[in-house]
Amino acid sequence: MKKDIILAGVGGQGVLSIAAIIAQAAVSAGFSVRQSEVHGMAQRGGAVLAHLRISDTNIASDLVPQGGADLVLSMEPVESLRYAAWLAPDGALVSAAEPFVNIPDYPDIAVILRTIALFPVNRIVEAAELAKEAGLSRAVNMVMVGAASPFLPLKPETMEATISAMFANKDPSVAEANKKAFNLGRAAAE
Amino acid sequence: MEEQALLGDEAAALGAIHAGLSAAYGYPGTPSTEIMEYLIENAKGNAHIPDTFHASWCVNEKTALEAALGVSFAGRRAMVTMKHVGLNVASDPFMNGALLGIKGGLVIAVADDPGMHSSQNEQDSRFYAAFAMIPCLEPRNQQEAYTMTREAFDLSEKFQVPVLLRMTTRLSHARAQIKTGPKRAQNPLSKAGDKTQWMLLPAYARRNYVSLIEKQPELLAWSAAHPSNKLDLDGRDTGLAVITSGLGGNYYEENLEDFIKSRSGTIPARLHIGVYPLPEESIRRLCEKAERLIVIEEGQPVIEERLRGILPHRITINGKLDGTISRTGELDPDVVRRGLSLPPRPGALNSGAVILPKLPGRPPQLCTGCPHGDSYETIKKAVQELDPAEGHPNTAINADIGCYALGATPPYSVPESIVCMGASVGMARGAAEAGIKYAIGVIGDSTFLHSGISSLIDAIAADTPMTLIILDNSIVAMTGCQQTMVRSDKFRPLILGLGLKGEHLIELEAKKQFLEENAAKLKKEIEYRGLSVVIFQRECLEAFRKRKKNEK
Repeated sequence: MKKDIILAGVGGQGVLSIAAIIAQAAVSAGFSVRQSEVHGMAQRGGAVLAHLRISDTNIASDLVPQGGADLVLSMEPVESLRYAAWLAPDGALVSAAEPFVNIPDYPDIAVILRTIALFPVNRIVEAAELAKEAGLSRAVNMVMVGAASPFLPLKPETMEATISAMFANKDPSVAEANKKAFNLGRAAAE
Repeated sequence: MEEQALLGDEAAALGAIHAGLSAAYGYPGTPSTEIMEYLIENAKGNAHIPDTFHASWCVNEKTALEAALGVSFAGRRAMVTMKHVGLNVASDPFMNGALLGIKGGLVIAVADDPGMHSSQNEQDSRFYAAFAMIPCLEPRNQQEAYTMTREAFDLSEKFQVPVLLRMTTRLSHARAQIKTGPKRAQNPLSKAGDKTQWMLLPAYARRNYVSLIEKQPELLAWSAAHPSNKLDLDGRDTGLAVITSGLGGNYYEENLEDFIKSRSGTIPARLHIGVYPLPEESIRRLCEKAERLIVIEEGQPVIEERLRGILPHRITINGKLDGTISRTGELDPDVVRRGLSLPPRPGALNSGAVILPKLPGRPPQLCTGCPHGDSYETIKKAVQELDPAEGHPNTAINADIGCYALGATPPYSVPESIVCMGASVGMARGAAEAGIKYAIGVIGDSTFLHSGISSLIDAIAADTPMTLIILDNSIVAMTGCQQTMVRSDKFRPLILGLGLKGEHLIELEAKKQFLEENAAKLKKEIEYRGLSVVIFQRECLEAFRKRKKNEK
């Protein structure tokens, strides 16, 4: 079993925390994990990319080859298409619906969303709205972790346990809201 | 404790701690920063790492390496961390350190940035190791980052030389689970006995240099026998040989199955190189029957360029020099795949069902509300208001390395040069002395202390007519908010102490509402025909956010 994932977004959107949650859940499920991330200058408002590889055997490279990704998960529509070349023929393209506009030449969002819908396996998730519904508008990331989960070799219970562990030091309501966000995201992508 | 996935940088740091580290020093620089951050975080000891050690940031890479030399002199183990271009700053003690009789293990961890994700160049630190004639270890995964760092300390003490640990961006910033070994105690304090080994007076230095040369055959024997310099000949097609090193080995293996298929099942002979000096004998054995050799290495063609002295000319060598592997940029599975003449893997885009629209680039930019943005607006305004007839051609704005380099792109587009840490000050001085009327240097607070301050001393001594603008956001922002060595309120006495006239040391609050007022004051200083220093102050937004969080 091997799952190669590309995680995309814009610096500050929390792409790396999504990668960390999925990676941690995969580790607790007993998989080998390699996760490559972007630090430093590129993080500041620029396009951010993380590669995540989950396997039950040895993984050679930290980077996913082009045409090899089982899942491209993006916090933002344009950024999901930026890495389309990595997607395997039957891979899933999952993107949050809300554009992140910090550039003057952001393309017509309707064209971008229509293009995403052309991929054989695709999901466009109203992440901001679902986070609000979960009672924690900051939990957009967690909605997207949920949206990724139907495409991951991980049980929802394992992922919920990871989320609980992450917020163990905070008020229990925080973990609950995050788990709710996760489940709303999962339901939206299933 | 649940098994944890560590960044390559963190794995190297943990390896150093487990090797009995006593002290670590460094200057932040992507992709090396997380080594020292991990060390600082664990320096006070905790449940997993009971022993304490010293770990701190320094004003620059040279002072960091010199402090580490002092630790080694005292018999204890030391690590220094920096990015590749930082090694240029530390190159004086680095080259000379190779001539010392290293006592406590000294490991210099340098993270290279092929692809220039956040750097000015792609220089390859393996050249520096060869230049200094010291061993270099090049881990290819997080596990090796841990074990090789441990080994590096032993090696340093055994051969009495510093050892270079070469990391690269992709390893530094990728996580994987690692297995750790038992933690070793620190060395007892025990000063170097023979002080002539530590004094590079010409008479001693000449002798030490001979002894460094004499160590080379032993180092070569060590690298030839090292398990990470793995030669695979048995049952292989020895007509085609492949040399990989570092991460190049991983990307080769990622494509190996397809490569073997494309060659009707035959597997090329192979040598992976993980430690240097270059194992010349293994290279000769690899290539005894080879007609063609492919070299896959991360960074510059360090191995490839040396081969011509080792191998006969009849062998065709394919690598970076002939363009088989891209000469620039980072390696990745696809670059190596093309180098092996394999067709692209089929992907979702190949079916033709989807045609992508043109996507705009999304380069990094200053954070919304960043004080540097307001400072650049002010500089822009002041410069525009200089006599328009002579303003632009007679103005030079030399900037520097840091977050504020992002002011070079729209909407600011202010800096005209960005070269290396500290260069803005010297370049502004040179521009002024070349005859540019309004020479302006722009530098951050940490970069100023790193290496800008020495050029300011020159400029004050020469009373150069120029304006130095210090963008003081109270932190090393670009690399993730490390402390600066001098607090904002100390800049004024520091610079006055260097001899600048008080009336030309201006402090301004970098805020939008003061734009007009600040621009007028700045313009006055730019027009002053002597040396001025103008400090724009306001805390970095990231730093402010982190500080408030910690205060809670």
